[in-house]
Amino acid sequence: MEPLTRVEGRAIPLGLKNVDTDIIIPAKWLKTISREGLGAGAFEALRGTPGNVFEDPAYAGAPVLIAGDNFGCGSSREHAAWALDDMGIRVVIAPSFSDIFSGNAVKNGILPVVLPQDAVDRLLEVARAGEPITVDLETQTVTTTYQDRFSFTLDPFRRDCLLNGLDEVGLTMARGEAIGGFEASRTAAQPWLMRGTSV
Amino acid sequence: MASRPRTLYEKIWDAHVVETRDDGTALIYIDRHLVHEVTSPQAFEALRLAGRPVRRPELTLAVPDHNLPTTPRVDGAGKPVAIADPESAAQLAALEDNAPAFGIRYIPATAKEQGIVHVVGPEQGFSLPGTTIVCGDSHTACHGGLGALAFGIGTSEVEHVLATQTLLLQQSKSMEVRVDGDLGPGVTAKDLIMHIIGTIGAAGGSGYVIEYRGAVFEAMSVEQRLTVCNMSIEAGARAGLIAPDDVTFAYLKGRPMAPQDAEWDAAVAYWRTLHSDDGAVFAKSVTIDAADIEPSVTWGTSPEDVVPIGGRVPDPQDFADESKRVAAQKSLDYMGLTAGTPMTQVPIENVFIGSCTNSRIEDLRAAAAVLKGRHKADNVRWAIVVPGSGLVKYQAEAEGLDKIFTDAGFEWREPGCSACLGMNPDKVPPGERCASTSNRNFVGRQGPGARTHLVSPAMAAAAAVAGRLADVRELQN
Repeated sequence: MEPLTRVEGRAIPLGLKNVDTDIIIPAKWLKTISREGLGAGAFEALRGTPGNVFEDPAYAGAPVLIAGDNFGCGSSREHAAWALDDMGIRVVIAPSFSDIFSGNAVKNGILPVVLPQDAVDRLLEVARAGEPITVDLETQTVTTTYQDRFSFTLDPFRRDCLLNGLDEVGLTMARGEAIGGFEASRTAAQPWLMRGTSV
Repeated sequence: MASRPRTLYEKIWDAHVVETRDDGTALIYIDRHLVHEVTSPQAFEALRLAGRPVRRPELTLAVPDHNLPTTPRVDGAGKPVAIADPESAAQLAALEDNAPAFGIRYIPATAKEQGIVHVVGPEQGFSLPGTTIVCGDSHTACHGGLGALAFGIGTSEVEHVLATQTLLLQQSKSMEVRVDGDLGPGVTAKDLIMHIIGTIGAAGGSGYVIEYRGAVFEAMSVEQRLTVCNMSIEAGARAGLIAPDDVTFAYLKGRPMAPQDAEWDAAVAYWRTLHSDDGAVFAKSVTIDAADIEPSVTWGTSPEDVVPIGGRVPDPQDFADESKRVAAQKSLDYMGLTAGTPMTQVPIENVFIGSCTNSRIEDLRAAAAVLKGRHKADNVRWAIVVPGSGLVKYQAEAEGLDKIFTDAGFEWREPGCSACLGMNPDKVPPGERCASTSNRNFVGRQGPGARTHLVSPAMAAAAAVAGRLADVRELQN
């Protein structure tokens, strides 16, 4: 995973609340066995509506997406994060995210930024004016050319993973001994827990 | 020894902490992992590329469900029927190859045990109280009905669990949803959870694990509890839980993968400790009176858009904040509804009975009880029943329910996720409505342009008979 420290560029002012992952990437795109090429299906239903922000050339290639409350709700499909990644989205700004989506985003080098609704409303205005937005993960700030400055927080582990492009699986595999110790005490105390399908 | 009173969630969490990092992130052990064809191929591929094995293959169970057609799987000669869509076929073949290659138990599409992961797990006794259960599917919360901490994960986490049998997690907060009293006639577990989501909102449980408490849940069967916990994710919660009790133990005893003999007794003794302590602190608490709940339907495109069947399509102007007004108007436009229309005047062209929310034997019995001796209305073009598993299907056939459904004009299908998400050929056509026992009424969920009204199985049956959304109580007298 590529490290993410600072993103500067135009933002897509979507603004909608409860954007579910079916909207981000519909089910017909989930038949793939690859992570690639899903940008073509991203926001397919919205792209079909007149005047939508995704077909507006002003926002073509923008690395930031601004949305309403509860972004990424619904299905756990990581295809939503893969689709945003394939579109070139590096940062999503919203008042809140679904738990599963925000985890999927971070694992794909996409930063979910939580800001209060009034800050999001202001950033939507800035984005609609075609001005760039700067998101800095080191200082945990979002700034604009109009001198707006909003601070956000991200849990330290996720921040570390993004800043350094860490492979979580590799990190945890290095803790194999601790996991083995846990399993051994489980097997001794509650063997039925460890049987699973081997009955 | 005096210890701080803990919630059920905190007890299960504490029992699974392998270690805690300095930054507060915990390494949590995962007891049970369910895998299906849609969210796993990229995870297996990543393991293969990195040369990583599956750490504990016996703690993972694989079964295809999302993408499978629900038409017959074997032909007259007993041979498997090829899947027409090449992409679907390739995805199913990938799981069929990956599971044995990594030593994982695989239930094939033609086995009688095949079904929707969230129906199969409890049915096989693979899902157990007090365990951590994950699956690359958001409705994994379902298994909380057995008192398990169960939640959906993404594909990178599927890979993480396969490789390490753990996940790196931040602890959620505990939320209590208490419902006391008795549910009225015609009011089911589905109506209850829809009412709860309508009350707390689609993000009302965000950051929380919900524990459902009170007399209403205690009086429920395990299948009803699974329905309630299943939709916790539609309120934004990480998971939903109901404390295990004698009802749970009776349900699990003797299931193929449940503990046996002396281990069963030890397990039950442990499971009896799994309840929130007196004095345990919930970060958020919501109380609902069972008497306030009626058979319910959704009118919009979020599961929070719930009204009683006797209600009307709301007027967007009546919502307090601007973003809700905008969202409501967009929903009405998509749904083709006019504010003020009584819900019982909304015509229905399609009926879907199935999904991990409502495809178990009790659901099919409830729908069949309404349909017995009746027929779907002429304007209902397509009505299907998709049992949650092969075992549910055989049980229903043994009880003659299939005959009731087909006599009523329904198609009787093979198990799978089907029209809940419209990934296989079972889709609702653009612009048409569906009374659906599934869990999501999102834009395009049941097919591009499809309009979904979420209901209970009994209410879906009533809608089929009436040809419009209908109050099941009028058919139950």
